[in-house]
Amino acid sequence: MKIRINEEERDVPEGASVADIVATLSLNPKFIAVEVNLELIPRAEHGSHKLSDGDQLEVVTLVGGG
Amino acid sequence: MSLVETTTNDAPLVLGTHTLRSRLIVGTGKYDTLELMQQSLEASGSECVTVAVRREKLYDPTGRNLLDYIDFHRYTLLPNTAGCYNARDAVRTAKLGREILLGLENPGADWVKLEVLADTKTLLPDPVETVQACEQLVGLGFQVLCYTTDDPVIAKRLKEVGATAVMPAGSPIGSGQGILNPNNIRICLEYLKGEDPDYPVIVDAGVGTASDVAFAMELGVDGVLLNTAIAHAKEPVRMAHAMRHATEAGRLAFQSGRIPRRLYASASSPEDGVIDRTSN
Repeated sequence: MKIRINEEERDVPEGASVADIVATLSLNPKFIAVEVNLELIPRAEHGSHKLSDGDQLEVVTLVGGG
Repeated sequence: MSLVETTTNDAPLVLGTHTLRSRLIVGTGKYDTLELMQQSLEASGSECVTVAVRREKLYDPTGRNLLDYIDFHRYTLLPNTAGCYNARDAVRTAKLGREILLGLENPGADWVKLEVLADTKTLLPDPVETVQACEQLVGLGFQVLCYTTDDPVIAKRLKEVGATAVMPAGSPIGSGQGILNPNNIRICLEYLKGEDPDYPVIVDAGVGTASDVAFAMELGVDGVLLNTAIAHAKEPVRMAHAMRHATEAGRLAFQSGRIPRRLYASASSPEDGVIDRTSN
């Protein structure tokens, strides 16, 4: 199925969870937060939240700011 | 009591459930290198640093993360909603920042520097959207440190909807113009602290150099938040030292009570016993 992560399309296996996606991104999972279709998915639910075709993900981190 | 004891005996800055000994809050943006940022934070003596929430760069796994350079057991992170131009985006951003800080077990997870801007040219706060966002965030359990204009009426509204602290701008973000309207800051202080002297008011934005910080503190604000004035100084670490001392100097001067201004001179040396003046 196809999902979009930070506005880039990706092919991912059917039934992939948020945690599965995070694991493939080579990011420190502690440093990120994830939204699916504008809804924040709490870290504790990354494993149980299954994605559907067409889902839009935002993966954010903290950067320098004032 | 020595001067050093006077400084250290100052009451801490209380922001809701947070207590800070340093009254200087510094940003982490615009530094040439993360190492320079790290040294500048250290030199500033600050215990609280602001950070922004941004999209992760997914295809740069070797890219260094800011969080690798901040000891989040030492600094309380204050996530901001910079880059937001309406209440909805600000609330969304605040929730994302909280989620990251919860994962880091940083105490900053329960607060936010609310910033809702009007346009990209002036970066002036949008007061209407700011009040709406503040109210919503308070309802979601956030302690909101609210960046705003120096307008006393809006400042009062923000306190009424539950802002933990109101943070009027000295002048536009990154402009380095200092405190453009000290009278508005004075009225903000009167409105917000009149019947509630401990209510925190922090000057946020516009600082150019150390004297701007000292001046803000001399007006009686509880703290100063700045970023560019250190990060873009020729020598950021040295400027960070200056800002630290300016914060303390301004605070001490405010507590000491300045002399009134007068038009004419008042001799410091005794007028009596002056030897006879000679004529030319």
